[in-house]
Amino acid sequence: METLMSILVGVLFAIGLYLILTKSLLRIILGTSIVGHAVNLLIMTMGGLKKGGPPLLGLKNQTFTDPLPQALLLTAIVINFAITALFIVLCYRAYIVLGTDDTEQLRGNEHE
Amino acid sequence: MNNLVILPIVIPVITGMVMVIFRRDIKLHRLLSLAATLSILGIAILLMNQINALGIQTLQLGGWEAPFGVSMVADMFAMLLILATSVVATCCLIYAFQTIGKERENFYFYPLFLFLIAGVNGSFLTGDIFNLFVCFEVMLVASYVLISLGGTKLQLRESIKYILVNVISSSLFLVAIAYLYAMTGTLNFAHLSLRIAEMGQDGLMTTVSFLFLIVFSLKAGLFLFFWLPGSYGAPPTAIAAIFAALLTKVGIYSIIRMFTLVFYHEPQATHLLIGIMAAATMILGAIGAVAYADIKRILTYNVVVGVGFILAGVASFTPAGLTGSVYYLIHDIVVKALIFLLGGTIIHLTGKNKLKEISGLIRLYPSLGWMFFIAALSLAGIPPLSGFLGKIFITEGTFTAGYFWLGGIGLFTSLMVLYSIMKIFMSAFWGYTDYEEGELESPKGLLFPIGLLTLMTIALGLGAQGISQYVDVAIEGLMNTHLYIDAVLGLNPRI
Repeated sequence: METLMSILVGVLFAIGLYLILTKSLLRIILGTSIVGHAVNLLIMTMGGLKKGGPPLLGLKNQTFTDPLPQALLLTAIVINFAITALFIVLCYRAYIVLGTDDTEQLRGNEHE
Repeated sequence: MNNLVILPIVIPVITGMVMVIFRRDIKLHRLLSLAATLSILGIAILLMNQINALGIQTLQLGGWEAPFGVSMVADMFAMLLILATSVVATCCLIYAFQTIGKERENFYFYPLFLFLIAGVNGSFLTGDIFNLFVCFEVMLVASYVLISLGGTKLQLRESIKYILVNVISSSLFLVAIAYLYAMTGTLNFAHLSLRIAEMGQDGLMTTVSFLFLIVFSLKAGLFLFFWLPGSYGAPPTAIAAIFAALLTKVGIYSIIRMFTLVFYHEPQATHLLIGIMAAATMILGAIGAVAYADIKRILTYNVVVGVGFILAGVASFTPAGLTGSVYYLIHDIVVKALIFLLGGTIIHLTGKNKLKEISGLIRLYPSLGWMFFIAALSLAGIPPLSGFLGKIFITEGTFTAGYFWLGGIGLFTSLMVLYSIMKIFMSAFWGYTDYEEGELESPKGLLFPIGLLTLMTIALGLGAQGISQYVDVAIEGLMNTHLYIDAVLGLNPRI
């Protein structure tokens, strides 16, 4: 299972980085979002996947699943969500004001 | 357990939230924000004296014992930085009162400013690496909004780059945290330090430490500073000044914390890499500072040089080098805010950015000119001022560690910094005065926060004796990891 998840994380990273390297702002945002998902899955995998019982002290499980990565994930998801929302709004505003969503044309010049 | 430790984070967050409710009342906003930064200043002084008397103060949030819960740790190093942060924040706020403009004030400038301060203070105080990430994000989200607030074309363009770089580096930060957790099974700094000391820092762990180094370098502007000159030039002066003073310093703080407390076992690999990156940063930053003839560009490249110089002391990994880094870090927070406010005031008064178009301001604004002169000398580290002591110690540290090339590059780039900043002084303040008396507006109110910071940099230089005992305590805490570990984990017998 861990191997499969690692491959999935790798594929998601590849897709995300490909999108980030394109010129259109919307694709870049999608790319950062996909990289964010890849990172979340990576944290999940690193903590160890399904090992057995729930992490409750009373059950005396020896093979419980570590709950901490899931707590980290929740925080990371919330932050990722907020930043993606902010980034979309900002890029929309930039598209309205600057009249383009092509990063090549966003360079501008010294005299503004 | 000391409840004061959480206050530098809680006060700005709550004040900011209260301000959002009373959004129309700008006067209240100003009053509350000033009260918040001043109260953090008071708390920092209080905590510093407690640390001096009783040792490192900690707070386990919710009473959960150290490696299981979230711990806040106030050691002397962090508190010195929080003290400097609150001084600079107060001065930038006073400057912002007069320059930031009605538009930005109505769109939550002051709450965002306080959230930024909360994130910075949180990064200094947190005792585990995931909360370091969270506090980074609090600070960064506030900075994303501050950098784009106002929505001019330049700001929008630069903020997109700034956000993209930081989003990617945040993702890398999480990747590094995930690997570290998989290998050590803990996130608490003190516990991490213990575990890595037990299991030894093997090649894989050193690789993870490099990943952390990349992440923090992106935030600190160490070698990976390509995003910095553009984005620090875009926002208005008060915001650019607080960015220059604080944002890179948080990255530097994280590098110092991680590489003195956790990854200190392989200095010939990690610290040498920091040294090489610092040398490259100083050279490239100095070339940038000398090459441009535009006030904002020169100042932003000076930020880069400062980062390289502080980390040269860290790279030497000697007590003298670290002492120098701490002195220089405090000095740099104050003087970068000062020089940005001064440069911003020149641009604000003349409305011009290019050095060629400005001349002879000394006749109209003598006090501004002399303060710029003092700031320039302080930035280059001329003896009675605050930069000198740090420069001496860092150079001594690099020489004792045998990194003569690093110390030499540091001294050489200081000269280039002096040249670049004197270029602004000479061409803006000397020469023929184009303007009549009274043609340009008076900078009277603006001079107050600048004067405060100028006094600070003089006081830090002349009164170095006064802060030296605090710096010594900070260095003792950085060099002896067991002090930190005992303070955090000492209460828990189960480790």
